[in-house]
Parts: sequence; structure tokens; C-alpha cells
Amino acid sequence: MSTLKTLNGNQAIAEAVRQIDPDVMAAYPITPSTAIVETIAKFKADGLITGEFVCPESEHSAMSVCIGASSAGGRVMTATASQGLALMWEMLYIAAGLRLPIVAAIVNRSLSAPINIHGDHSDTMGARDSGWIQIYSENCQEAYDNFIQAFRIGEDLKVRTPVFVGLDGFIISHSLEVIQVEDDAKVKKFVGEYKSVYPLLDTSRKMTVGPIDFTDYYFEHKRNQMEGIENAPPVIEAVGKEFGQKFGREYGFFEEYRMDDAELCIVVMSSAAGTCKDAVDELRSDGKRIGLLKPRIFRPFPHEKIAEALKKMKAIAVLDRSSSPGAFGAPLFTEVRSALYDYAERPHIVNYVYGLGGRDIKVEHFKEVALKLEKIAETGKVEEIYGYINLRE
Amino acid sequence: MKKETWKELTIGTINLDAGNSVKNLTGTWRSGKKPQFIEEKCIQCFFCWLYCPHSAILVEGDEVKGINYDYCTGCGMCSVECPPKEKAIIMVKEEAKLAEGDAE
Amino acid sequence: MAKLKDLAAMEDRLVAGHGMCLGCGIPLIFRIVLRATEDPLIIANATGCLEVCTTIFPRTSWNVTWIHSAFENAASTIAGVESMYKALKNKGRIPEDKKIKFLGVGGDGGTYDIGLQALSGAMERGHDIVYVCYDNNAYANTGGQRSSATPLGASATTSPEGTQSPGKLQRKKDLTKILVAHNIPYVAQASPNRWQDLYKKAQKAFETEGPAFLNVLCFCPTEWKYDESQGIRLAQTALDTCVWPLYEVENGKYKINYIPKEKKPVLEWIKPQGRFRHLFKEENAWVLEEYQKQVDEDWEELNKLAKL
Repeated sequence: MSTLKTLNGNQAIAEAVRQIDPDVMAAYPITPSTAIVETIAKFKADGLITGEFVCPESEHSAMSVCIGASSAGGRVMTATASQGLALMWEMLYIAAGLRLPIVAAIVNRSLSAPINIHGDHSDTMGARDSGWIQIYSENCQEAYDNFIQAFRIGEDLKVRTPVFVGLDGFIISHSLEVIQVEDDAKVKKFVGEYKSVYPLLDTSRKMTVGPIDFTDYYFEHKRNQMEGIENAPPVIEAVGKEFGQKFGREYGFFEEYRMDDAELCIVVMSSAAGTCKDAVDELRSDGKRIGLLKPRIFRPFPHEKIAEALKKMKAIAVLDRSSSPGAFGAPLFTEVRSALYDYAERPHIVNYVYGLGGRDIKVEHFKEVALKLEKIAETGKVEEIYGYINLRE
Repeated sequence: MKKETWKELTIGTINLDAGNSVKNLTGTWRSGKKPQFIEEKCIQCFFCWLYCPHSAILVEGDEVKGINYDYCTGCGMCSVECPPKEKAIIMVKEEAKLAEGDAE
Repeated sequence: MAKLKDLAAMEDRLVAGHGMCLGCGIPLIFRIVLRATEDPLIIANATGCLEVCTTIFPRTSWNVTWIHSAFENAASTIAGVESMYKALKNKGRIPEDKKIKFLGVGGDGGTYDIGLQALSGAMERGHDIVYVCYDNNAYANTGGQRSSATPLGASATTSPEGTQSPGKLQRKKDLTKILVAHNIPYVAQASPNRWQDLYKKAQKAFETEGPAFLNVLCFCPTEWKYDESQGIRLAQTALDTCVWPLYEVENGKYKINYIPKEKKPVLEWIKPQGRFRHLFKEENAWVLEEYQKQVDEDWEELNKLAKL
């Protein structure tokens, strides 16, 4: 039976892990994702899950265990954050290259130096070209829902691609929220049986997995790999719809909030989108025609759909919780801006970096952004294409 | 050899054709010398089989029968390790080589 | 005792047509190791000579289930495969009587150096795996850079001899001892020239419940720079000089498996190898002395441990 439970983001992920009971769970504890790993370990100790829990000596080995286990032929998950994801870096590309549908809960946290344990998107954004599907969550409920859907998406036979489910460090991972936890059996049924493709454990087929390619094959193998993530959009859509039918919460590529007659738009992902909704409500009550677009899927980036949703805006602010030093804007901005390029009449678009290392972003900050957008819409002039929010200048 | 397009490749960089490297004829690497098998001197100790890095010792039934020059690279370990005083494998000069390195 | 005739009749799990060098020791080691179990086998191979030379797509020399993922993680990759096997057995998705053996393989680069952490972790966690290191004393796959397994005084491309240097200045790392310190059920050193010893050790390793580790000396004519027909002879010299003692540690109990009738001077090991050629310059005489001293110390210590 579906029940309301008070859980933080880490507990919500762990609860989904218990319900899904993956065959192998391999993870190394790192703040702020530690509680996911600890809770899984305790589930195992209490006999609440039947899969193997492996606690390796590093995140690099955690991902390597996941790769070995997934290649062997079964359902695999891990959880990590920040430096842990950075240490997995090399193996992320290999998991994607071998087309292994590993699901990783990433509790988004900043990268050193300086060392900082709080939430931003530097970790997953740094891995945006690793070939993993990336799903971002606004709150604990979404983290739980996205994590369940991630298995269906990644394991789809046309997709066979690993998936990140991001949730903001501390802001979501450690904040209690009343969430709808679905019935164990229903979640199990929704995720379904794992279908093996070329499992190593079928030793009757003596495969060579992960060979060396020279210049005559590497390119073809990489193109073959890309097909997986390129096949993902219809699957993401179908799984999001089915989730809605089964559990009453439907998901798409992004959420549009009060966008119906909007002229101004703020694009922001994850937990900050929740705060932004409050700001939009207040601005709307002041008569401002502003809306929010909250991307949920960052890879594969739904460029056509996002462009379609934004093309009529007068001014757009894209807010990034990571930076891309030396680039023409931060990661989300460059994607959104590029998506709009093909329209003859394009909205004005600016980029603000916010929240690095867990720095707060509040309703008033969104209101300041709205003021700037209003001015841009009125004057048709962009004075500053790139800026920072809540930074001591 | 026809090379696959990206669509024809097995997903996950998997090679399903186990042991197909037998089509690579490493014998083409040989230069200048090759082993010669003298059957009547062979004591069937199998050391040549054991110590050939390129699996170039011909075994039929339970007897060593000679050298498979398709694979023999001419390293000479078989001859060095051949135990009889009068060796059953000796290294001899070789002029010509195989022309192709690939069985296809 | 196994007969070579019978081993030769078994199916090759590593077949011809691979690209390993003339006189390479690696295929000789695995000709024996891969025959030491008749159970189905899954191998995780670290990046290195063996991996690269056997799997140039679209060809493969493996007639057995095989995976490569990276350089430093053969141990954690095979640990993952073994974990899935355990999980699926627990869940009843693999029949209870289906036996599979799990083998991690790497050179000294992938084992002594970059893969040491992953190896240590996998051994400590007690996975039911075998790990075999083929120690050819250098990063031979990439042209002979030093590793921590390169012996004192050897010239390698990143520890070259020169007017100001006698080659590698450091003593070879004793990896086998490090593995013994993990208190795993079975650790052994072997060499391809003593094939029966290697075969027995590989059998024991596969039969061991829990982790087992074999460190196998692997001659390399390309990087050691000797006449490529002499590999087996050179390996015998390594045993006779006690540069590479054959021993095993079974549940903590040491046993030396080969004691030379007359312990030969290390010079006999050094002389035929081009990588040591510069040691015969006057100014490098101290290296020869030091090398001998180190080998004597290690041999003495091993003998003490074996008598305990």
C-alpha cells in the first residue's frame, strides 16, 4: 500500500533500493551520500534485501565492481558524490562504453579545491560527456520516483545505458520531507525482471568483452554506443507516463511552472526550482508574466522540446549550479542557448551561476533575476550575459 | 576482410567470435631462421609444446608431429629446450617467408 | 601428477594468432594456469601486454569468457563478476551446482603499481577469486618503463642508466610479502620453467575457498634484452640465484618449493641481460654488490620463515 513517510533524500533513495532489491550494490561512503550506503548495509545485515552488498576500498573500485557485476548479468546500483564521482571518472566512460545499465544515485556536491561538502552540480556536470543519462530531482519525492524510473530507462533493451539520478547534497539528501512511498510489490512490478544481454555468467558463450580497437573500429564502436542514449527519449517519456498512471505522479523531460502566458522565464534545475516556484508565485501576484522551466533530464538533452517551450519568451535567465571556466557560459546555459539557435527570432538569454559550494539561493534572488529579465525585455538590450548570484563582489 | 558498419557491431564492444585470432598467421614474423623437426629423434616429452609462445607445435593424437609454420615466429625456445643430446628440433636458415599474414 | 601429453589434449583457452613477442613468457604461464581448472572460467584482464596482444578487434585469442575494463582494476572487476554470481545463486537464478571460477590477471604494472589498491581491497574483502600476476619487471606493453617490480640497477626508459645514474636506484618491491600480509588462504610465487610447480599452485589457487594470489616470474626478451631463445634458461637462473624463490604460503604456513643445490651468484642472472649491461662499469660495481646483498637477505629471511 502507498504510504506517507517522513524521509530525507538519502533515506528515500535507500527505501527505493530496498524495494527494488538490486542484485549487486557496490558503494563507497562519501558525504553527503554516506547514509545511502550505510542504510543499504543495514538492510543487508537485517535480511531486508537479498542482493550482494559490496563495500570496496574506493569509489574507483566501487564502479569497477559495478562494471564487473553488471557485465556478469544482473541489476546493479551504486551511490556517490563529488570527489567520489570524480574518482570514478575513468570508469564512467567504460560503463557507458560497455553499455551497462548501472544506476547511480549522485548526491550532488561541489568539487575541491577548496574542499567543501555542500551541494552544487559540479560533480555530475563534470561527467556530462561520460555517456550516462542524467536525471535531476527537485525534492525527496522526485529523487525516489526518479530512482525507480532510472532502472526501467537504463535497462531498456534499446537503451542499455547507465543512469545518474541527481539530488542536491544536504538540501535534499539531509532534509526531511513527507513523501509518498509506494507499495513494495508495486514498485518491484513496475521495475520488472532484469533482462540480461550477453551476460558473462553464461559461460557457454565465450565472449571477449572490452577489447582494444585501433583506428579502424574505435569510431564505429563509439557511434554504436551513442545510439543507446539517443534511443532514450521515447523510453524516458513512456516510463514517466506509466509511472504517472501507476502512482499518480507523471514525469517528462522538464517541468513547466506557470509558463502559459509567460514572457519571461527562469530555467533552473533541482532543489533551487522549488524556491523559484515560490518566487514565481509572488511575482505572478504582482502581475509579472514570468514562469519557470525546470529541466529534469539533462542527458540526453531534450533540445527540441526545450526550444519549443522557450522560443516565444522575450527574455530567459538560465541558472547554473556549476561553472565551466573559460567556456561561453555554464553547462545548462550553453545547452539551452544552443537549442534556440535555429529560430530566426530568438529570445534574449542570460546566464547566472549560483549556489556553488551550497551557497543559498532565496526567493529574493530569483526576484532580482526577474527584475533584470524585465529590463532586458523592455530595452531589448543585454548588458551582462553572464553573472553570479549571491556572491560578494 | 569486410569491416562492419557501426550498426552491425554487437553492442557493448563485445566480440562473440571466440578464438578467431587463429586467422592471424604469426608465422610471417619469422626472419632468417626456423625450427626443423626430426621425428625419429623425438622422445615425446612435449617440452616444445609447453614452451612455444605461439602455439606452433603440431600435436596429433598424443604425439608431437612437427611445427606449424603458420604460427611459428622462430624464437628458438623449442630447440633450446629440446632435451635429447641429439636434438629433435634444430634451428635452420630460412630464406623465403609466407606472403600473407591473414588467413582470410 | 599431470602429464604434459594430457594437458596438451585439453582445449586451448588462449589460442594462436596473438601478438605477443618472440620468446615471450606470458603465453607459457597461461598455457599452464588456464589448464589448472576444468570448471568454466571468467577472466578479468588488466590493461597490459596480455590484454592488448590478445584482443585487437575484431580478433580475439580468448576461447574463454573474458573482460577488460581498465588498467588498475582487474581485481575489482573480477570481484564484481564474482559478487553477481553469488547474488544470482542466492536468488536462485543460477543453479546451485553450477561452478564457475573467477580469475583476475595483470602484469606488474597493473598489479604491483597502479592496481595494488584494487587488489588489496578485493583480497581483504575475501572474494572467491584467483589473481595471477605475470611479473615481467617493467611496463613492457608500452616500451619498458620502470615499475616497482623492476630490479635494482636495471635500465628502464623511466629509470635509464646514464653518466649520472646506474639505472633503477630502488630495490624491487616484495609484492608477494604484501599479499601474505593480507592473511588470505593461499599466496605463492612461481615460474613458468617449473611447470609442474606452477600447475600445482594454480590448481591449489582455484580450489581455495576465498582469495588466492600467484606471482609468476615472466621473462621478457624485449625489455630484459637477452637472446629470445633463452627465456626458460634465464628463469632457471633466477631460481638458482634465489633472485626469484619459489615458495607458497598456505594458511600462513611458508613452504619453499625449490632450493638450489648450489646457490649461484646473482651475476649469472645479470650477465645475459642487456638491461644490466651498464652495471659492469667500474662506477656501478656497488650496485652489483648491493643487489647480491639484497638477494641474500631476502633468501635468508624466507628460509627463517619457512622453518617457523
